[in-house]
Amino acid sequence: MKIAVLSDIHSNLEALLACLAHARYQGAEQYVFLGDLLGYGADPKACLEIIAPMVSAGAVAVMGNHDEAVLGGLCENMSFAARDAIYWTREQLGQPERDFIQTLPLVARKGNGFYVHASAAFPGRWTYIDSKIAAAKCMQASGSPLTFVGHVHHQTLYYTAGAGAAQVFVPVTSAAIPVSQHRQWLAIAGSVGQQRDGNPAAAYLLHDQQRETLTFFRVPYDYVSAAGKIRAAGLPERLARRLEKGN
Amino acid sequence: MDLTKLHPGSEFDGFRVGEKIHEGGMAVLYRVEREGADFPMLMKVPRLEFGSHPGCYVGFEVERMILGTLSGPHVPRFVARGSFEDIPYLVMEYIEGRLLHEYSDLAPLPADEAARLVAALATAVHDLHRQEVIHLDIKPANVLYRQDGRAVLVDFGLARHGHFPDLVEEEFHKPVGTSGYISPEQVMGYRDDPRSDLFALGVILYQLCTGRLPFGKPATLSGFRRRLLLDPLPPRCWVPDLPEWMQEIILHCLEVEAEKRYATAAQLAFDLTHPDHVPLTERATRHKRAGLPTIFRRWWRSLRTQPGNKAVPTSHLAQAPNILVALYTGVGQEKILRAILEVVRRAAAADANCRIIFVTMLEPDISTEQDTGHELLNSLYTRRLVELHHWAAGLQLPAHRLRFHVLEGTNAATVLLEYARQNNVDQIIMGARGSSGLRRILGSVSSRVVAEAPCTVTVVRVPGSE
Repeated sequence: MKIAVLSDIHSNLEALLACLAHARYQGAEQYVFLGDLLGYGADPKACLEIIAPMVSAGAVAVMGNHDEAVLGGLCENMSFAARDAIYWTREQLGQPERDFIQTLPLVARKGNGFYVHASAAFPGRWTYIDSKIAAAKCMQASGSPLTFVGHVHHQTLYYTAGAGAAQVFVPVTSAAIPVSQHRQWLAIAGSVGQQRDGNPAAAYLLHDQQRETLTFFRVPYDYVSAAGKIRAAGLPERLARRLEKGN
Repeated sequence: MDLTKLHPGSEFDGFRVGEKIHEGGMAVLYRVEREGADFPMLMKVPRLEFGSHPGCYVGFEVERMILGTLSGPHVPRFVARGSFEDIPYLVMEYIEGRLLHEYSDLAPLPADEAARLVAALATAVHDLHRQEVIHLDIKPANVLYRQDGRAVLVDFGLARHGHFPDLVEEEFHKPVGTSGYISPEQVMGYRDDPRSDLFALGVILYQLCTGRLPFGKPATLSGFRRRLLLDPLPPRCWVPDLPEWMQEIILHCLEVEAEKRYATAAQLAFDLTHPDHVPLTERATRHKRAGLPTIFRRWWRSLRTQPGNKAVPTSHLAQAPNILVALYTGVGQEKILRAILEVVRRAAAADANCRIIFVTMLEPDISTEQDTGHELLNSLYTRRLVELHHWAAGLQLPAHRLRFHVLEGTNAATVLLEYARQNNVDQIIMGARGSSGLRRILGSVSSRVVAEAPCTVTVVRVPGSE
């Protein structure tokens, strides 16, 4: 079974469609959405129209901090651009979309995988996994051989080595990495809808359960249209520029 | 963990366990059989009992990660991996052949015998590097030869895959490898340079030719570190009649700084199979170790620079291609020759580590039945070689980047293709069939080479010539 793990879609329809098509071509049979379906982008409804039916059909989805903020949660600590996008998104969604977001759990477990948006250690506190220490805490809390997170927009692979310590590895695009069952692995899937590393291509990862491998992918998509829609919606210019520049 | 359930005759996961072949410090090997398998197999089980070395398991995990990604005749075929009551195991092809160890026990061997063995080994190492893997523990106990002479590398417990996290480095935090064969950069903890394997090949060549290890078998870290500064005694000090080309090759492999060694195992394999073409430098006739100034320079350099290779193995190889340039040097070919050399110049400028092999064909219609035939052939051969050197000189490249070869045969395309296959050629540059003289000799050689070559082919045309 191959599972496509997509995180931080951020209402970017073009990127979502490109990643789903890519994953289908790679043979993905199951899908996981690691939260932050909304925020930043101009297509919240269209994205949910794709994701909600997939979730009803068995796909896993968890809640992210932007999704929580759209429902009325705290967004005063976000950047101005992010906050403006949250206010705008709140106006776009109807009751069915809100109901769907409301049902999303903070964490999910399926097979040997543990799925959470930010960190398994304190799922609702939206802490960032930006160090080996944060990664080790997350793996300890999840207890699963494989933990998948988003939130941090950079594709990264952490793993346990020795007594509780974690090591970090920056994956090479498209290379299948074997992940043995005899240690713990923490994969940061990267972001489908908003890049921050200077490369505008969308990011997701594929988990091949049978071969016990993880493959990190980058997928070029039509960011010109996505940025154009952000401008047309009157969302902050910074958010459109970010899609074009990738940072 | 209980290994007692694994005994001859027991069956699980479709495998029938046979005799125990080997019981080492790290792992136990059993012969196994499976219904329908057409080659012999062995099962490797790590020793995980109390008190066993903590590295046992990491080495086994690394081999499990890497072996499944490898293919081709130079590695054992991967069959399966799994667990038997929490005992992880790995099943692979059992190689029936001689260990390099059996040969090294007989050292010193004649230079051509050592060259034959290590050329086959270098070809295997190049194939491994092409698959993104650096072995990092090449030694006579880890090399086998199949019946047809091809070398097989085994034991990937310390290997490094360019796309995977390095579990070995994380586990040990100190140099790992076999003391006699480990490269200077490995001693310093760097495990990312394919040229570390070339250093081990140099040690093996030295050992086969002299019967001694160039750095002994140190047991302490300071003993390991001696090779960061001190050269080995040149092999001709031990074996005075060792050919100069062999000493040149050995000392080239054993350079302390990786960038001074051969760039790729393919280049080493080429030199070992074409000893007459190896350009000799000061290394060939050296008769003592480097003096204090060199040692001081190495020490000073070691303080300021870090070894290590930022590129993954395949990117490293891509920057050091073997380029085969086929020239027809007959009269009236100046235009096309200049056009070909222009393409070669661009390729040489792009990759400073590329090796350029100039070849030409000897016309096959010389009748050797006449008494003067052989003599005539010799003189023609020399003339072709001189012509190749003449044309290559215009490129103004250092001698160590160039090789020259006059090929003989009745079918130019067949000969070129065979030569490209045997010498790990990455690109062939040749002229189109356009010009009349070329058409006569080469016919549709280029079109057949393009169709059948195992690598990239660049066919050069003179603009506006047809």
